[in-house]
Amino acid sequence: MGRKKVETPVRVLIAKPGLDGHDRGAKIVARALRDAGMEVIYAGLRQTPEEIVQSARDEDVDLIGLSILSGAHMVLFPKVLKLLKSARGRSIPVFAGGIIPDEDARRLKRLGVKAIFGPGASLEEIILTARRIARPRA
Amino acid sequence: MTVGSPALPPAARRILRHDRGELARTISAVENHDPRVLPTIRALYPHTGHALVVGIAGPLGVGKSSLINVILEHLRSLGKTVGVIGVDPSSPFSGGSVLGDRIRIDRPSKDDGVYFRSMASRGHAGGIAATTREVSRLLDAFGFNVVLVETVGSGQVDVEIRQVASTSVVVLVPHLGDEVQSLKAGLFEIADVFCVNKADLPGADGAARYLQEMAGLALRADGWRPKVVQASAVARSGIAQLWDAIEAHEAHLDSTGQRASAQRARLKAEIVELAREALVERWSDRLSRNAELGRLLDQVESRQVDPHTAADRLLRKLGSP
Repeated sequence: MGRKKVETPVRVLIAKPGLDGHDRGAKIVARALRDAGMEVIYAGLRQTPEEIVQSARDEDVDLIGLSILSGAHMVLFPKVLKLLKSARGRSIPVFAGGIIPDEDARRLKRLGVKAIFGPGASLEEIILTARRIARPRA
Repeated sequence: MTVGSPALPPAARRILRHDRGELARTISAVENHDPRVLPTIRALYPHTGHALVVGIAGPLGVGKSSLINVILEHLRSLGKTVGVIGVDPSSPFSGGSVLGDRIRIDRPSKDDGVYFRSMASRGHAGGIAATTREVSRLLDAFGFNVVLVETVGSGQVDVEIRQVASTSVVVLVPHLGDEVQSLKAGLFEIADVFCVNKADLPGADGAARYLQEMAGLALRADGWRPKVVQASAVARSGIAQLWDAIEAHEAHLDSTGQRASAQRARLKAEIVELAREALVERWSDRLSRNAELGRLLDQVESRQVDPHTAADRLLRKLGSP
């Protein structure tokens, strides 16, 4: 503790809200962010918005990445954003990935999702974006 | 000092009032070696020492996280609140980490009586992170009755848990290796309780019997004979017996008066370690910036002086004993 401040890794929560079981994308992103030097808390499948927000608070993450392929993004993402807003403390930025039509993506961005990645997004792009939008440590 | 005392730093006061957000932020500050957290740590120390701290060690893939999940169910049914620290390795290359223990645990995001925190080892060897002890103290001060610390799971080197926990459980599975494995130094020596997990698989009885014999032969200075329990996280069996074995060891610590002496030894090691860290920090700068170093380096390079002698001379130059 007395030691001088060391460089602190970005902590990010990767979770899949809802009921689809397709987690390969989420796992690849988790691994890429790990290789980019981040600490990735992998919360896994079938998380409710409440669980995601509680995990993010308890783990004190700087960023949340949500992956969804079931089509329920217009219900579940806004719910997570709403819960994050109503919780006390500093806000945690959210990015998303999955099959999300352009029209929905625009609406989600208006609601506060910082970035949305569809099929074909490069890992490099995801890493750079994650670094840019992660909440800075005070 | 009471909870309402104005002398207490606000963060410490909030933690004593069970503010989870403050707890989470303070843990991060401790992990990041943020010097601003020191007043909080100092103020909370008198409020620690109440939690039962149990270490869960063992090789990769033996089911430590899944076992913790069912231990949590058991402890919650007994009305105990539990803080869990799950330590996973950091990459020596990128410094990054995937912390995956949380997915095995059902409760932490739904139950106020449970708090789960993932920690990366951040280059520290020994099976835990350098700051795990301090984080376990924060959970203690927050008021959790039990703190469970899950080690990295790298195998034979997860031995530092003894510095943090008063009872250490080593989790194994059937067919993990022949008996020579258990003769090797390290993991087997730290076990107060052996848990043969996945006991629904064939071979569990043999493994347990063998461990029992080994435990009987162990010559421990504290007079404790390690208990062997069979359990299955999947079948949810043996969990009450596992907890009973942990409590039996705790009772042994009390009845023999060893709790105090063990704690004293741990604290002594901690103070010495902290002082040593500070000393190294203070001196390494002065050593590497010393003008004499260049001259000595030349001599070592041309093989006139060996590195040991050079180090001795450098220290003498700085007036160290």
